[in-house]
Amino acid sequence: MIEFSGTRFSYGQDTILSDLNLSITPGSFHFLTGPSGAGKTTFLKLCYMALTPTGGGLTVFGKEAAMLTRDDIARFRRKIGVMHQNCQFLDHLSVEDNIALPLRVQDKFTESRATDLADLMDWVGLSHRAAALPPELSGGERQRAALARAVMISPDVIIADEPTGNLDWDMAQRVLTLLVELNRMGKAVLIATHDLNIIRSVKGQVNARVLRLKSGQLQLAGSDL
Amino acid sequence: MSRFLRLLRGHPAAEQIVPRAGFTAWLTGLTAFAMAALAVCALAATFAAGRLADRWSSELARSSTVQVLAPAEEVDRQVTAALAALRTTPGIVSARALDMAEQEALLAPWIGTGLPLDALPVPRLIVIEETVEGPDAAALALRLTAEAPGAQYDDHTRWRRPMIAAADRLRLISGAALALILFATAAMVTLASRAALAANARVITTLRLVGAEDRFIAGAFTRRFTLRALIGAGLGAAGAALAFLFVPDVGAEGAFVTGLAPQGQEWLALAGVPLIAAITAYIATARAAKRALNTIEEA
Repeated sequence: MIEFSGTRFSYGQDTILSDLNLSITPGSFHFLTGPSGAGKTTFLKLCYMALTPTGGGLTVFGKEAAMLTRDDIARFRRKIGVMHQNCQFLDHLSVEDNIALPLRVQDKFTESRATDLADLMDWVGLSHRAAALPPELSGGERQRAALARAVMISPDVIIADEPTGNLDWDMAQRVLTLLVELNRMGKAVLIATHDLNIIRSVKGQVNARVLRLKSGQLQLAGSDL
Repeated sequence: MSRFLRLLRGHPAAEQIVPRAGFTAWLTGLTAFAMAALAVCALAATFAAGRLADRWSSELARSSTVQVLAPAEEVDRQVTAALAALRTTPGIVSARALDMAEQEALLAPWIGTGLPLDALPVPRLIVIEETVEGPDAAALALRLTAEAPGAQYDDHTRWRRPMIAAADRLRLISGAALALILFATAAMVTLASRAALAANARVITTLRLVGAEDRFIAGAFTRRFTLRALIGAGLGAAGAALAFLFVPDVGAEGAFVTGLAPQGQEWLALAGVPLIAAITAYIATARAAKRALNTIEEA
C-alpha cells in the first residue's frame, strides 16, 4: 500500500531522511522508534503525504506520491487514519462532531454510522464528553478522541504518532488492544513511539516489526516480537 | 450559475466547519449592506437621469414657441399673421396663442398673480406642436420675419441639447459609481475572506488531514461569505428602496425635474442588487480560497 524505495527527504540543504526502503502491506504492524528529532514525524508525514519526497520513489496505493494532486491526496487519506501527535481538532465543534469529521467531509454520515460513532466513543471512554469542546479535554482525552477519529472511517492504514504519550497505563493498553484488533482485521498499523514498554506490551499479540530511525536512515531494530 | 445555486443550497457537513464567530463575516455583511444601499441610490439616480433625458428629449423635441413682441396696437395683428403663417407651414401640427390667463399662470411663479399683463411689455406666446420631422427652422424664421416682424421662432434646441447632454452625463456618472461600488465590494469581500482563511489555517489543515477535498473546504468558506453578502446586501437594498418609497412625490408641479424614486419595472432591477453582491462575493471568496489553499502548508 505504501512503498518507499530509496526515498530521500531534505529541508533545503539538510537531509533529514535518506535511502528509505520499506513496504507497508495489508495486515502489517510496524513500530517506528528513534530519539527525538530523528525524523519519525517526518517519516509519518511522508506516509500520509503531508510531505513529498525530495528524492527516490514513494508509491501510495499504487500511485507515485510526487504525481498526486491535492485532491488525489485527500481521497487517499480517506484510506489512511492519522492519529496526529498534537491531535488537531476543530475547536468550535464538539468532540463527537470532530470524531465524525472524516465521514462528514465525505458526506457519508448516516444513521448506522451514528450508532458506530456512539459505540466507538463508548469504547474510548468519551461518551460522557461527547458534547464537550476539544479545548475542554485533558491530554489523554484528546489522544483518545484522535484515535477514535482516525479509525472512524475504517481505514486501510492506521498511522499513529506517539499514541499513548498522554495516557495512563490502562488506557494505553486499551488503545494498543484496539490497534491490534484492527491489525487482525487486515489493517496495516504504523506506530511511532519512543516508549519501548509499549512495544513490549504488544509482544505475543501481533507479529510486529520494529524499525529505528538513526542518522536519517531506517534500520530494522529487532526481529518479530 | 448552477454552481452558484448549488452553493447556496449548501452542503450539510460544510455548513458547520467554518467557525461562525469572527469579525470577517460581520465585515462582509456590513460592507454588503452599505454597498447595496449605495448601489440602489446610484441605480435610482441612473434611472432618474434616464427618465430626465427621455422626457426632455421627447417633450422638447416636438414642441416650439413663437414669441411676438410688438407695440400694443400691433400685437394682435402680428399674432394673427404669425398663426396664419405657422398653420400653413409643413411640419407643424398645430399652433395656438396662449390667452392672458395662461400667460399669467406661466409668469405667476416669478412675478405673482393679479398683475395687469396687458399694461406690461410682455411678449405674446404661440405654442407649436410639430411633426416628428418638424419644420425647416431657418425658412420658418425668415417667413415669420416677413409676415410678423415682432415674431421670433424658438425651437428649444439651445435648451434641449445641453440638458440632454447633462442628463446623459449624469447617467454615465451613476453608472461609474455603480462600477466603483461593485469593485469596492469585491475588494472588501476579498480582504475579509482572505483574513478569514488565514485565521482558519488550522481548520484547513485539519480538514485536509481527514480527507477533505479542496472543493469541500473552499465551498464551506465561499458559502459562508456569499450568504453573508446576500443577506447584508438584501437588507441594504431593502432599506434604501424603503427610503425611496418615502421620497415626497413631486407630482405634476415638479414633472420637469422628474421623480427620484424608481418607477414601475425599475423596482425589479433593484432586486438584482443583492444577487449581484452575492455573485461578486462568491467570485471574490472562491478566488481567495483557491489562493489560500495553494499557500497553506500541510500539518
